[in-house]
Amino acid sequence: MTPMTPNGATPVGAALAEEAAFEKPVSRGEPILEVRDLVKHFPLTRGVVFKKQVGAVKAVDGVSFDLMQGETLGIVGESGCGKSTLAKVLMNLEPATAGSVRYKGEEISHLTGSALKAVRRNIQMVFQDPYTSLNPRMTVGDIIGEPYEIHPEVAPKGDRRKAVQDLLDVVGLNPEYINRYPHQFSGGQRQRIGIARGLALKPEIIICDEPVSALDVSVQAQVINLLEKLQNEFNLSYMFIAHDLSIVRHISDRVGVMYLGRIVEIGTDEEIYEHPTHPYTQALLSAVPVPDPVARESRDRIVLVGDVPSPANPPSGCRFRTRCWKAQEKCAQEVPALTVREWLEGPAAHDSACHFAAERENGQ
Amino acid sequence: MPEHDLPDDHDPLRHIQPTDSDHLDYVGQQGLAVEQDTLIEPDVIKREEARSLWGHAWRDLRRRPIFIVSTLLIILLLLMAIWPGLFTDANPRQADLAHDFLRKPDYTDFFGAGWFGYDGQGRSVYARVIYGARASITVGICVTLAVVIVGGLAGMVAGYFGGWSDAVISRIIDIFFGIPLLLGALVLLNAFSVRTVWSVVVALAFLGWTQLARVMRGSVLTIKQSDYVVAGRALGAGTGRLMFRHILPNAVAPVIVVATISLGGYITAEATLSFLGIGLQDPTISWGVDISSAQKFIRTAPFVLFFPAAALSLTVLAFIMMGDAVRDALDPKLR
Repeated sequence: MTPMTPNGATPVGAALAEEAAFEKPVSRGEPILEVRDLVKHFPLTRGVVFKKQVGAVKAVDGVSFDLMQGETLGIVGESGCGKSTLAKVLMNLEPATAGSVRYKGEEISHLTGSALKAVRRNIQMVFQDPYTSLNPRMTVGDIIGEPYEIHPEVAPKGDRRKAVQDLLDVVGLNPEYINRYPHQFSGGQRQRIGIARGLALKPEIIICDEPVSALDVSVQAQVINLLEKLQNEFNLSYMFIAHDLSIVRHISDRVGVMYLGRIVEIGTDEEIYEHPTHPYTQALLSAVPVPDPVARESRDRIVLVGDVPSPANPPSGCRFRTRCWKAQEKCAQEVPALTVREWLEGPAAHDSACHFAAERENGQ
Repeated sequence: MPEHDLPDDHDPLRHIQPTDSDHLDYVGQQGLAVEQDTLIEPDVIKREEARSLWGHAWRDLRRRPIFIVSTLLIILLLLMAIWPGLFTDANPRQADLAHDFLRKPDYTDFFGAGWFGYDGQGRSVYARVIYGARASITVGICVTLAVVIVGGLAGMVAGYFGGWSDAVISRIIDIFFGIPLLLGALVLLNAFSVRTVWSVVVALAFLGWTQLARVMRGSVLTIKQSDYVVAGRALGAGTGRLMFRHILPNAVAPVIVVATISLGGYITAEATLSFLGIGLQDPTISWGVDISSAQKFIRTAPFVLFFPAAALSLTVLAFIMMGDAVRDALDPKLR
């Protein structure tokens, strides 16, 4: 639950000290968000009043990565692999079970009260479903203006209406729409409103949790282009969560592939898409539709057998071993580290959590 | 019923409020004449603010015949309850047994003492119907307000905070649900030595809040999960803002509906209790008391029973219809 400060008033001293730390500029390409061994377990309990823990869903189980200033880090993976939970934990919407999240070198995963509020100014989120992420009883002006009411120091009271109209303009909506309600807009327009709300506090990081998966394809392109335009304009760092591989490739500088609560492979989009070394990434990429019928015939699809194991009871060692064609004895005993394997060279030499990491022989 | 019958017809602002179409024209013109922005701006603000949620609901409600009919009925009932003297000169307690015992109604005597006839004690039925509104309306409105506030708060706390507060409140609700309303009210009211309207209000509210608490809790539990509440938390909104700005306005619609419908129910409950002789008593004038005393004459003088019963049914109907209309108008998705 969000800790609360009454009426949005911040204890001045504490907030100032915290903000000073967050005002530190980070130059382009330096890590702005460092995530180390992040763990989120949801306890499984039995009993109504007297709860007894009988296990845990290991939604995120030891995730580490850096988000660089000004870059877009794509996170891909199938449904239920923990992408959205990762976003929620990074946003401090769910408390982390273990691990650390450092924003500009400051630990933020256990912050509460005004310090947390100061961080929220700098890390914002765009939600998946534009139909449920906007309060249907608030006008667009109220929705986009709400960040200013919560953080009154960002925009003085008199300027707020103007600020909201500017934001509408920035995301390509008519500023005259300020008094309309969300239901009067289409899905793409609503997502623009959601983006405007995320931008209102001038954050440095925006976590996009499948921001286009609820939109149709032509609108997806518009929203993606808008996100790219905004990134250049405001020098934003994005963490872009999606399950659509081609969109992630389009927008991302680096890509992380998640499977069952862990990152199995991470690298630049070139490294991941052209030279994947983890079997799961290879299987995932081989499922991408190919628009050329001839090439489609000749390519070698990997069809994974079986289902994703339950995150409440993941396999020992490598989590992918139950569905992997390369699996051996070692995979069941040893958890593969996310590192560069020494036998790999060139673009294939990037972080991959596989004991037998290798590029595919025959390619696609 | 035509729209202009409504009292807001005299609202001087009505004539300068734009309709949908001239508003659009207006925006179009402004879009062209950009340099006039600063001149036009304050005017736009004022006009558009009038079209908030309740503004929209109000515009919508004015077009609904059901709402207009029920509102007029309720206004009439409220007037009866506050100034019964406006409707009748007759004294509801004046009894002339020798002359007026069960005298038949004189339907030509509009608004006169004998319009609806006289009851078994020779009192004017019309005057008693008018004066009886006060007890019913007071009980209905006060009990509803009390249960909405108490039940709504309890439901919000249980739904929003969950955990122990939810466990405790939910168990209390379960216990109360085991008590039948009428039986519980009978027992409670027996404890009062003098029973007034207020003792009935206390008894009904005490037993009735759980229903609304349960509705509110369920509603809050659903809304709490929604993305816009998560978005509010992500912005750093505090508990108060989340509860009263995001959750309450979206969770309140089912509560309003249940409350208006149960308002009719509380009026009925008061009449039932009075009928059973445990609610209000003579000399308090109430439809329930009158229905109770009229039952002995149901075959010889059915009008003595008919008029208070009709007044009761109309009142309950009016509140239920209004609840329905308000629910539809408040739901922006239906617009």
